[in-house]
Amino acid sequence: MSTVTYLYAGAFYLAALILVLGVARKIMIYARTPVPFKIPTTPAPTTMPGVVGRMFRETVFFESLFKASKWTWIFGWVFHFAMLIVLIRHLRYFSEPVWMWVAVISPFGVYAGWAMLFGLSGLWGRRFLVDRVRYISAPSDHLMLVLLLAIVSTGLMMKYVWHTDIVAVKAFFLGLMRFDPTPLPSDPLLLTHLGLVVILMAVFPVSKLLHVPGVFFSPTRNQVDNPREFRHQGIRSS
Amino acid sequence: MKAEFTIPVVTNIPVTPSVVDGAMAHSRPFVAKSDHQTALGFPEELVEDWHDRALAKMKELLGKYRSLQVFMDSCVKCGACTDKCHYFLGTSDPKNMPVARQDLMRKVYRRYFTFAGKYFPWLVGAVDLTREVLEDWYSYYHQCSECRRCSVYCPYGIDTAEITMAGREILASVGIGQKYSNEIIGKVFKIGNNLGLPQPAMADTLLDLEEEIKEDIDVDVRLPLDDADAEVLLVSPSADFFAEPHVDGLIGYAKVFHQAGIPWTLSSHASEAANFGLFIGNDESMQKVATRIREAALELGVKRIIVGECGHAWRVAYSYWNTLIGPFDFLDPNYPAPQHICEATYDLVQAGALKFDKARNDDKVVTFHDSCNVARGSRMGNMPGGQFIIPRALIRASCNHFVDMREDSIREGTYCCGGGGGLLTDDLTELRVKGALPRVQALHEVIEQYHVTHMAAICAICKSQFTKVLPFYSLGMGMIISVHQLVGDALVLGSEQ
Repeated sequence: MSTVTYLYAGAFYLAALILVLGVARKIMIYARTPVPFKIPTTPAPTTMPGVVGRMFRETVFFESLFKASKWTWIFGWVFHFAMLIVLIRHLRYFSEPVWMWVAVISPFGVYAGWAMLFGLSGLWGRRFLVDRVRYISAPSDHLMLVLLLAIVSTGLMMKYVWHTDIVAVKAFFLGLMRFDPTPLPSDPLLLTHLGLVVILMAVFPVSKLLHVPGVFFSPTRNQVDNPREFRHQGIRSS
Repeated sequence: MKAEFTIPVVTNIPVTPSVVDGAMAHSRPFVAKSDHQTALGFPEELVEDWHDRALAKMKELLGKYRSLQVFMDSCVKCGACTDKCHYFLGTSDPKNMPVARQDLMRKVYRRYFTFAGKYFPWLVGAVDLTREVLEDWYSYYHQCSECRRCSVYCPYGIDTAEITMAGREILASVGIGQKYSNEIIGKVFKIGNNLGLPQPAMADTLLDLEEEIKEDIDVDVRLPLDDADAEVLLVSPSADFFAEPHVDGLIGYAKVFHQAGIPWTLSSHASEAANFGLFIGNDESMQKVATRIREAALELGVKRIIVGECGHAWRVAYSYWNTLIGPFDFLDPNYPAPQHICEATYDLVQAGALKFDKARNDDKVVTFHDSCNVARGSRMGNMPGGQFIIPRALIRASCNHFVDMREDSIREGTYCCGGGGGLLTDDLTELRVKGALPRVQALHEVIEQYHVTHMAAICAICKSQFTKVLPFYSLGMGMIISVHQLVGDALVLGSEQ
């Protein structure tokens, strides 16, 4: 087998390890850090089911962002939702036979790729066009969008311009999961696409992508508004 | 009103300004003197090893507050908060955008506590902790009123108030405390209230007020102090004892208790509802200030604790007291502990125990300013949003003419008055005037449209702030009134019937 195959197999194992251990470490830190007081942003739900509803609306519909800025919401929500569809489509490279629900959703994944492009472009555009957002953008904020845009673009190009040997790619990943990799096609577009994904996975736990676990640990959102009824003593989050 | 700075122009519609870098870099409150510092257990002046001690303190706080730890990591710089802060809207200074204010700390956090910032600082905007950074902290963590408006709009619920509190705590712990807040907390420790009003002076003031009411309406409405036979301990901001328009609110509470036949008392030991320990992010001070109230309640043997019109005091009472000084198992379980004066009055209205002659307020067209800490840091009644419904219900019960301001400027989206969070001091006048702009702009709309004459509030800071800043915008200082002034004026007292 080629060096490229070994290189990519190794890189994926390493990136997966960094991703899982890195995020797990952060989750442990968040979970162990006390919440000394009741600080939900009110009005807040007064029951736990109410809080579950609030968190659901926050993470599925981006409720607060919707209140804040319709443009950012459109771009941000379309990007995230489309990414979910695209990720589901990609599960067909990791399952054999392909799970029924993945097969059903897969065709939408192609459109979702374009939707991601739309959302990411809008979000990037804001970093240049809105003076306030330009002010707060660090190089890493631009680079994160560039990284995602490059992943989406190379993916779409493989769909529409230069096809790769997708059967061999699937065999590679199925093999990877059995710790028995098979040869990976070495066309540049595929290698670029996969290389960027490796980078994305590896930077996840050391970048602002930590907003994914973070949102679930946000005391202003996940606390029940019941300080008079229950004496909050600071250890648990509710 | 003449000023040494440019008073913002009030436009007909809300305007988001373009950023003007450094527009408010000169704004900083007086630094606490050594005795203000030591009273709270802080070093007298900037310590020599401030760099290491500041970082050690930051590490301690990151391990103490999940909010701070999660908020440092979670921000994606989406910009949702950038046009939400009244201080940014009023000053155009980009460091007054909530995310930029957070970033003053986040860039240091990244430099010393994250992989990316340790090895690739230029990439993620991480910087060393220098004197310049510390100065920036002092300036801009005292341009945040901890009003939490940004936290409503953040998709991750990042609350800049938590970061401001941490910033101030770190600054004070290396010797750069804020004079205004620290001096006041020292007074509460020593005398029992923010104003340093001793017991005899309080007793005199309350007697004078009783006489004033007697002259005014010929009813013997009492304002008892340290009355051991009372059922209710009323804890009010000390401004209620003499400042205008606050005092009319205090008279309003007294009339309500009088008419309902509830024996109540003020306490000279706990003659202050305010708790500036919240503002400076110092839990020990907050607990110490709050403990006086528990002590007074136990000593007087009261059955209920009711909190007067004070925004952050209500947040501390509602959200923090049970944790800090609870449990309240010595109080009557039939009433919420603590209870807000508006809740108490509202329950009496609901029960039909109070009768109003609304026509007495017919000279007024009233609007209501939701105070930030009540709106976004607490609740009233038993349903979410009761803090918006109940005060409005009281105004409607006592006035014929009430209108609300623009929807995004009230309720959970309410703008801070511009003087909250420990910024209600004359050394920050420019900031206070400019920070009031979004509220004044929304007020201007209802003045134009509905000829609003008065704005009611339930916060001592709001009342003092508007009294001071409305004249800068050519509005009368008398526009701002207490909700319980309206209640008290319209309330039909027994002997009048």
